[in-house]
Amino acid sequence: MSSRDKRILRHPILPEPEVREVGFTFNGAEFTGAEGEAVSSALFAQGIQVFGHHHADDSPQGMFCANGQCSQCTLLIDGVPLKSCIVPLREGMAVKSLEGLPELLELPGPDVRPPVEVSASVLILGGGPSGMAAAIELGERGIDTILVDDKDRLGGKLVLQTHKFFGSVADCHAGTRGIRIAEMLETRIRGMDSVAVWTGSVVLGVYSDGTVGVRCGDGFRTVRPGYLLVATGAREKSLPFPGCTLPGVYGAGAFQTLVNRDMVRCAERIFVLGGGNVGLIGAYHALQAGMTVVGLAEAMPCCGGYKVHADKIKRLGVPVFTNHTVLAAHGGEKLRAVTIAGVDSSFRPVPGTEKSWEVDTLLVAVGLDPVDEFYRKALKFGIRAMVAGDSEEIAEASAAMFNGRIRGLQIARELGETGIDIPDDLHEKAEILKSPGGRTFPYRPPVDSREGVFPVLHCMQEIPCNPCMTSCPKDLIGTSDHPIMGIPEYYGGCVGCEKCVAVCPGLAVTLVDFRDSPERPLVTVPFELGEWLLREGMEVVATDWEGLVIGEAVVRGWKRAAGYGKTILVKLETRPETAARLVGFQVQDPSDIEPLEKPLPVPLPDDAIVCRCERVSAGEIRKHVRAGIRDLNHLKALTRAGFGACGGKTCTTLIKRIFREEGVPESDVTSFTDRPLFAETQLGWFSGKEDGHGRE
Amino acid sequence: MGGSNYDAVVIGAGSVGTPLAMNLAEKGLRVLCLDSNPSAGQGNNKCAIGGARATHSEPAKVILGLRSLEIFRSWEREHGDDIGWYQGGYTYVAYDGETMDLFRSNVPGQQQAGLDIRIIDAGEMMELVPGINPDGLLGGTWSPGDGSASPMTSCYAFCRRARGLSAEFRFRERVTGMEASGGRITRVMTDRESYGCGAVINCAGSFALEVGRMAGAELPVYPESHEAGVTEPVKRLFDPMVVDIRKAPGSANYYFYQHDTGQVVFCITPDPPVPGTDTDETSGFLPLVALRMTDLYPRLGNLKVRRTWRGIYPMSPDGSPILDRVGPDNHYVAVGMCGQGFMLGPGIGEVMARFITGQETGEDRQVLDELRLDRQFTSEEALK
Repeated sequence: MSSRDKRILRHPILPEPEVREVGFTFNGAEFTGAEGEAVSSALFAQGIQVFGHHHADDSPQGMFCANGQCSQCTLLIDGVPLKSCIVPLREGMAVKSLEGLPELLELPGPDVRPPVEVSASVLILGGGPSGMAAAIELGERGIDTILVDDKDRLGGKLVLQTHKFFGSVADCHAGTRGIRIAEMLETRIRGMDSVAVWTGSVVLGVYSDGTVGVRCGDGFRTVRPGYLLVATGAREKSLPFPGCTLPGVYGAGAFQTLVNRDMVRCAERIFVLGGGNVGLIGAYHALQAGMTVVGLAEAMPCCGGYKVHADKIKRLGVPVFTNHTVLAAHGGEKLRAVTIAGVDSSFRPVPGTEKSWEVDTLLVAVGLDPVDEFYRKALKFGIRAMVAGDSEEIAEASAAMFNGRIRGLQIARELGETGIDIPDDLHEKAEILKSPGGRTFPYRPPVDSREGVFPVLHCMQEIPCNPCMTSCPKDLIGTSDHPIMGIPEYYGGCVGCEKCVAVCPGLAVTLVDFRDSPERPLVTVPFELGEWLLREGMEVVATDWEGLVIGEAVVRGWKRAAGYGKTILVKLETRPETAARLVGFQVQDPSDIEPLEKPLPVPLPDDAIVCRCERVSAGEIRKHVRAGIRDLNHLKALTRAGFGACGGKTCTTLIKRIFREEGVPESDVTSFTDRPLFAETQLGWFSGKEDGHGRE
Repeated sequence: MGGSNYDAVVIGAGSVGTPLAMNLAEKGLRVLCLDSNPSAGQGNNKCAIGGARATHSEPAKVILGLRSLEIFRSWEREHGDDIGWYQGGYTYVAYDGETMDLFRSNVPGQQQAGLDIRIIDAGEMMELVPGINPDGLLGGTWSPGDGSASPMTSCYAFCRRARGLSAEFRFRERVTGMEASGGRITRVMTDRESYGCGAVINCAGSFALEVGRMAGAELPVYPESHEAGVTEPVKRLFDPMVVDIRKAPGSANYYFYQHDTGQVVFCITPDPPVPGTDTDETSGFLPLVALRMTDLYPRLGNLKVRRTWRGIYPMSPDGSPILDRVGPDNHYVAVGMCGQGFMLGPGIGEVMARFITGQETGEDRQVLDELRLDRQFTSEEALK
C-alpha cells in the first residue's frame, strides 16, 4: 500500500513537504510512510486509527493528545511500548498494536550518556511564541540562555497556525501566518551565540535541589538555572460524554498537528465541539485540508472566539449551533456518528432537540488550561522564576510574544543587566493583545454607492487587530476609537489596490468595484481554500458576512495577493444591490451535511469515561462523591482515577467538575499531589554508561 | 470545651493508627482517631511502596509480619475490599560471599520464629526472577509467604471497617496538646476541639517525637527521607520483591517488585541517610536507582517510569518499632516504624489493642518486651 493514501497532497497554504518514503510494518502488514514523521501519523496516513485495546476493559485506543502527554497512542515499536506520537518513523520499524498490557522484552535500553548537570543564567522551558520572544531579548544582551522544547523545531503551536496573525503589524507580525513567524524567530534565535537551543528535549521535573531535569536526545541532564522562565503553554481541556474516548474523538490541537504539521488527511467528515478560537480555527483548517465540516456546536449563546473566525466558517457553509452541546459519540471500534442537543440556560440538554450526523472525527475544543506546574514547583522550591504566555494566562500567540519580550527584559534586569528600559506602552500593548474580543456592534450597512471602487469592512467586533489600517498606502482606513481595538472605518478615496483585502487576518474586508460596470460590479473577496476549487465562470452561492445566502455570483478570475503568499483574491461578478454585502461563497453543499433523519439513541451521561488512562466513568466518581469522599487522593485509591500515565492532567478538571455538579464547595476538595515525572520516561534514560554515545 | 469522651483516642490515621482504631473498635471501645490530613493514609502510608514481609532478622518483627501477612491475605475474602494483595514472595539476592553468609546466618533464626524461608542458589534465583543479571549471581533467600498490597487501599479498607464498628475519624484536625491529672492524660486538645479520653495512643509516624512530648515522653524517633517510584504497567515479569542489600556509592539497599496492576514499584535507601521530613522530589533519585536496577535486571531499561515521590521513615535507633506504655498510665506508643508501618501495622494493631485492653497473650508479651522503649537499642536490624 502506498503512503500517499491519506496524505494532503495539495494544501492552499502549506508547501508540499519533501518526503523520503520508508517501509515499515504494522501487525505484520507492509506499509510506507514519511521518514521522521510521528509513527502515529504514518498510521493515520494509512487510515489506521485504532492502535490497540485497553487492558482494563478492552476498549479501543487511539490518538488523543498528539503531544506526548497522554499514553493512548502507545504502540509496540520494535518490541518496546512507546508513545507513537513522539517516535519518529524509521526504515524497517516493526510496529504492533498494543492489546492489553505490553510484554517487556529482553532488549537493550536507550543508548545514552550518564546524567550531567549544567548551569545557565537563564533556562527557558518552552520554545513557543513567548519563550522565543524572551530568548531573543536575552540573546540580544548576550545572556547565556538555554531554550528547551520537546519538539524537533521551535515555534510551539505557531507551526500549526496557517492563518494570518491578528494584532498590530509593528509589534507582533500581524498579517503574517503563524508558521512563517515561527521560522523567522527560530532563524534569529539560532544565530544568537549566547542562546543554546535544546529541541527534542522533554522537561521531566523541577526539583527541590534547585535543578530542572531534562530528557535530552543523548541522556538525562539537570540544569541549574540562575533564572527560570516557564513558557510551557497550555493543554487542551476535555469534556466527558459517552463515547468520548473512541478513536476519532480528539482535541483540536491534536488535529492541527496531524493536518498542518504532518499533512495527514486524518478525516473525511468532522464535527467540532467548541466555538472558541481553537475550535473555529480547527474547523477552518479542516476545510483547508479538503474535509467536510458538518457542524460546530457551542454551549454558550454565542461563540467565544473572534467573530471574524466564526463568520469565516459560516460563509463557507459550516452550520454553527450555539446553545448546543455534544450528547454522545457513537461507534464500536471507531467513531461513527455524533449526537448533539440544544441546552437551556443551565446547560442542561433539552429533550427533543437531538440531532445526529455520521462523522468519522469529532474535534473537542472546549478551552485550554495553563501548563503551569513547573512554575508552581519553582516557587515552592525557591527557584527564581517567572511565567509567560499561556502558562500564565490563556491568550492569543501575539499576546504571548509580547508578554515573552517583557519577561525576557525583566529577567535581564533581575540578573543585573543595566540600562534596561521597559516602556509602559509595552505592558499596555501586552494587555490589549490579551483581549479575548470586546464589544460587538450591530451590522453597519455599507455605503449605498453604485460607483467607483471602495473597500467594505465587515468587522464589527473590538479585537486587537489593525493591519487593514496600516496596510493602506493612502491611509484611508482608521478608527475614531482605540488604535488597535477600535472598529475600522473607511474614509473614502480608495484606489483599489486590494492590500486591505489581502492582509485582513479575519478575511473580513472586500473590495467593491463599479468602475467597469455599474450593472455587474466585481467584488474582490479573499480565499484560502485552494485555487483548484475555482473555475472561471463558475456560479457560486454568495453569502453575506455571517454566511446568510444572498444570491448567486460568478467567478471572474483570481490572483495570488502580492506579498501575502497564499491568499487568493477572487473576483466575483454580482448584482449591484448585493455587491457591498457580499463577503464570501459556500464551498460546502448543504445537502452533504444534513443530519440523519432520526437522532441516534444516547447512553446515560454517567457512562462517560472521565479518567481515560484507567477507564473510570463519571458515574463511579459521582457515586463516591455522593458517599462523602472529598479527597481526590482517596478517590484515586478507590477508583484508580488519576493513577494513569498522564498523571491526572486530563481528569483532574473533569473530576472537580463532578464535585461542582454535586454542589460540593471547592474549598472542601483536596486535590491530587503533583509529582514528577511530567512525561513517562524509560528507566534507561537515567542509567547511561560512560561508553554510551547518546541517541540522535 | 465541649468535645465528647472516648475510651481511646488514636493520634494518626495512617498505617498503624487506622488498623489499631479498627481493632479497638472491635473490642467494643468508643474510639476516636485524629489526623491532620484530609483522609486516611495521607501521611506516609501512601508513600509506602506496598511490600509486606515477615522476612526480618528480629523475632518480634517476624511475628508481627506473619500476622500482618495473614490479615492482608485474607482481607478480601473476609471483608470484601480488594486491597491488591499479591503473594509474590520476597527474595534477597546475593552477588558476593559476604551477603550470602549473612543470609545463611539469619535463616535458622527466621525459620525458628515461624518464617517460611530458605536459601536458594543462582539457578533457582534465575527461575524465580527470569531475566535477572546472572553475572556473579550466587543465589539468595526465598520467602514465598511474603507479598505486596496497596497501602492506601488497605488503609481505606481498615478505615471503612473501623467506621462500620462505630470508630470515629476526624480529619484535617491537628492535635495541639494534652491535659494530664493524677498521672493520667485526661483530655486531648486539637486545633478545633478537645476530647476526654481513656487511653491515648501515639501513632503519629514522623511526628511521634512531637506528639510524645505533649504527653511528657521523649521518644527516640527521628525521621529520614526516602524516595520511591512507579512505572507503567506491563505483563508479569517476575513474582517476588527483589531486594539487593549491597552498598554502592550514594546508596545502601534498594528493592523493587511488580504490583498486581503490572507496575514495577521501587525504592532506594540513600547513604548517608537524609535526615528530616522533606518530601520534595530531588533530581538525584532516578539516576541513583536506575543505574542499580538496570544493572540487576537489564530489561527494566525500557520500562517507563511514571511517577516518583518521597516519603518519610520514622527511624528508631535500632531499626525496629517501639511498642509500649510510656509516662502517664494511659499513654501508649506505637512509633518508630522505620518505613515498615504498612507491613507491620495490621499485626501491631492487634497486639496493641490487646495490650490496651489487658488481654495480651504470651506471644504479645514477647513482642512487647522485645520492642519496649527502654530496651538497649544495641542490635541493628540486618534486613531493614
